[in-house]
Amino acid sequence: MKVTLKVWRQKNGSTPGQFVSYEVDQVSEDMSFFEMLDMLNNSLVRKGEEPISFDHDCREGICGTCGLMINGRAHGPLKGVTTCQLHMRSFSDGDTIVVEPWRARAFPVIRDLIVDRTAFDRIMEAGGYISVRTGGAPDANAIPISKKAADAAFDSAACIGCGACVATCKNSSAMLFTAAKVSQFAVLPQGQVERKERVLNMVAQMDAEGFGACTNTGACEAECPKEISLVNIARLNREFLRASLAG
Amino acid sequence: MMKFDAHIPDGPLAEKWTQHKFNLKLVNPANKRKYTIIVVGTGLAGASAAATLAELGYNILAFSYHESPRRAHSIAAQGGINAAKNYPNDGDSIFRLFYDTIKGGDYRAREANVYRLAEVSNNIIDQCVAQGIPFAREYGGLLDNRSFGGAQVSRTFYAKGQTGQQLLLGAYSALVRQMHAGKVKFHPRHDMLDLVVVDGRARGIITRNLVTGEITAHVADAVILATGGYANVFYLSTNAMASNATASWRAHKRGAAFANPCYTQIHPTCIPVSSEHQSKLTLMSESLRNDGRVWVPKNPGDTRAPNDIPEEDRDYYLERIYPSFGNLVPRDVASRRAKAVCDEGRGVGATGKAVYLDFADVIQRNGRQWVEDKYGNLFDMYQQITGENPYEVPMRIYPAPHYTMGGLWVDYNLMSTIPGLFVLGEANFSDHGANRLGASALMQGLADGYFVIPYTIGGYLAQKPHDSLDTSHEEFTKARKGVEDSLKRLLSIQGDEPVEELHKRLGRILWDYVGMSRNRKGLETALKEIPALREEFWKKARIPGREDEFNPELEKASRVADFMELAELMAQDALHREESCGAHFREEYQTEENEAKRDDEHFAYSANWEFVEVGKPEILHKEELVFENVQLTTRSYK
Ligand SMILES: Cc1cc2nc3c(=O)[nH]c(=O)nc-3n(C[C@H](O)[C@H](O)[C@H](O)COP(=O)(O)OP(=O)(O)OC[C@H]3O[C@@H](n4cnc5c(N)ncnc54)[C@H](O)[C@@H]3O)c2cc1C
Ligand code: SF4
Ligand code: FES
Repeated sequence: MKVTLKVWRQKNGSTPGQFVSYEVDQVSEDMSFFEMLDMLNNSLVRKGEEPISFDHDCREGICGTCGLMINGRAHGPLKGVTTCQLHMRSFSDGDTIVVEPWRARAFPVIRDLIVDRTAFDRIMEAGGYISVRTGGAPDANAIPISKKAADAAFDSAACIGCGACVATCKNSSAMLFTAAKVSQFAVLPQGQVERKERVLNMVAQMDAEGFGACTNTGACEAECPKEISLVNIARLNREFLRASLAG
Repeated sequence: MMKFDAHIPDGPLAEKWTQHKFNLKLVNPANKRKYTIIVVGTGLAGASAAATLAELGYNILAFSYHESPRRAHSIAAQGGINAAKNYPNDGDSIFRLFYDTIKGGDYRAREANVYRLAEVSNNIIDQCVAQGIPFAREYGGLLDNRSFGGAQVSRTFYAKGQTGQQLLLGAYSALVRQMHAGKVKFHPRHDMLDLVVVDGRARGIITRNLVTGEITAHVADAVILATGGYANVFYLSTNAMASNATASWRAHKRGAAFANPCYTQIHPTCIPVSSEHQSKLTLMSESLRNDGRVWVPKNPGDTRAPNDIPEEDRDYYLERIYPSFGNLVPRDVASRRAKAVCDEGRGVGATGKAVYLDFADVIQRNGRQWVEDKYGNLFDMYQQITGENPYEVPMRIYPAPHYTMGGLWVDYNLMSTIPGLFVLGEANFSDHGANRLGASALMQGLADGYFVIPYTIGGYLAQKPHDSLDTSHEEFTKARKGVEDSLKRLLSIQGDEPVEELHKRLGRILWDYVGMSRNRKGLETALKEIPALREEFWKKARIPGREDEFNPELEKASRVADFMELAELMAQDALHREESCGAHFREEYQTEENEAKRDDEHFAYSANWEFVEVGKPEILHKEELVFENVQLTTRSYK
């Protein structure tokens, strides 16, 4: 099949960008979206033009490196899928596909479709850990944890840090990302000791990075490729309130 | 002349590590603050090492070409991590884990290292649970285990099919905690392009800032490489797109011996290649072999849909040939058998290069929900890629390059042949011999990072007072200039072929001649074709853009240039090893039952190669392997 791409091209963070159109022919249904871009890029290279820069690595939906706005939807049209897992069978011959980077103040563009998400690392630095030194941990089975709590922690911990929640939110809020980490530790016995400081510090850092406030629109949950639930945000709010009251 | 003293401590196997830790010189806490250690790579091995060393008080400069440590390829590990906890009470022990690993590696690994790995495995699980890693649990609240290939006990801890993700996020959390404390300075999107050796010791690295293109020198008292494996030399592999050999290879060119480069693991259960445009292959975790049954039609040319083929026309060949291990034979065995049945014309799918992995029985036995709980994300991934529903039709799978047992040679202290250069994780050659067992790489990466290097690096530093070397030293200036020149040289090639195409061609040569089965003639062909392709690369490649800007094509080209050199060494190594062992299968050396036939008399050594010059054969040095605690037998999984 044949598709037309309208791709955001931007040389670097200090140069303005614009959309450029490309016709891509001989696209097969079994190609992944990125393999289609690879093919386009190789043809650009052959012509001596600069290929389109986009972030990707594992290409199997787990590293969180990829992330494109495709026709205005974070990670494209499918639910519960990262951009790298999207295949061309989700499109039809003759489609025009608009491809943009994540747009958020806290995610400045590096080049074309690549943005800088190190703000997420700084939120993590502010408290996304349990302070244990290597060695000296008690036997792993010393503290039984109910399967329910372990499964809940897992569901929160499944976040891949891709940033789709931010990109899709009209306020560019990083609430779902932050809440997922806060929740993971809040439901585990190991996370209790630092529970209060963790939520306060992570939320403060989130604000300092320039992410917007959460107004509970739920767009993040709908577009999250790992289907991280809004329950996490509710839990963060409770944790935050509790920690603030405890002062 | 290189020296290969593995520095294996004296004493009985079970006491070596304890005794060695006691004998190692210590760096006192006040002095630790004076030392700076460079850690390149922040996957499982690098992040755990950097965090732990920082906790001890050292200053850490950490580097990764990724934007965040959480993106490292370790994140993709699916199935699980081994430990000798014996929680299921099914007869596991440190010795059994040691024994299985040595045997699984077809007796081509060093006993002392492997024993230590088994010994610290239990601490890893304790550490990870304390970090809040949500491993799978039973209803009683205790940790659950599953089985992996090459073992008859259940010793694999897991978090659905996302174990690597959870472990890496754990190590990453330990790392960010130290970043917050100011003990680790992390450099994201920085590519190490050379190692700096001063007076015979590793003292620094040269990096390129991938965003700005800036080339910088960094100095330290010791350098750790934890830069992962080189399976991407095959182009198509289960590794992440950017995984590469550059850090190891450049260190090799600076004098670090490369051990057993031909030991590359071809994983039996990957989604088959569908067409030319394929950019990577996706693993379906080995854990699926716990519950899935592998089969092909009994008769060649049977084109019926899988569900229309009755039991009597199916050949569950692994269960048939290996009744005691069945579907859980080690990877090398499972891969070769898959290739064999496909070569007989019994392969399935459009290309005939696939076998079935069927879950019908377990779904019937335990229900769909049970399967979904255990493997849900893998099934979803499969459906995304193939468009088929594996709950209803069997998966199609085929072997693919996955892991590299070979890597930089290290001694018992994980130090390479360059003093002060330590190598951890998949980048070293240490523990898996000629074949790695499933769920052992995560264990090894974390063992190296959390529990081995923090001791052994102290032993090295304690003998070497901190000095005031800085990057104005001429070795740094020279190395920097070398890096700048090599980038310019790449950009000056006036060709028209995208680097990716050249990489694909390299991959095809390797897959055909240095892949799942090898022979003299093929390897000799590879040794002609690889240098020819390398020459073509330097004439025909097309690399747009400049060096002083964000330039992914330039990054790729510089990595592929190194693959073109490494590939030749792999073929050289495979040709010299005139035996079959583990994943290295030489058709000339097989038993009547088509199993690998080792030659312990002549090849019970690790082959450690010394770099001479590009295009010149490398020099072989042997480290003889001494087995005092296990008997070398022919592996049998029947
Ligand atoms: C799909 C898949 C599934 C797997 N499943 C399992 C499993 O279930 N169990 C198991 O035990 N093992 C598994 N493995 C193997 C295991 O995941 C890896 O061997 C292991 O994670 C490697 O860890 P590492 O820390 O050595 O390297 P990596 O995680 O690859 O990290 C390498 C690091 O080095 C950095 N780096 C590399 N080169 C440079 C450079 N030149 N400059 C700067 N930085 C650099 C990278 O940025 C990265 O941070 C799996 C592997 C794959 C591919
Ligand atoms: S919460 Fe979802 S969308 Fe947001 S970073 Fe995590 S995985 Fe991505
Ligand atoms: S490339 Fe890793 S999640 Fe998409």
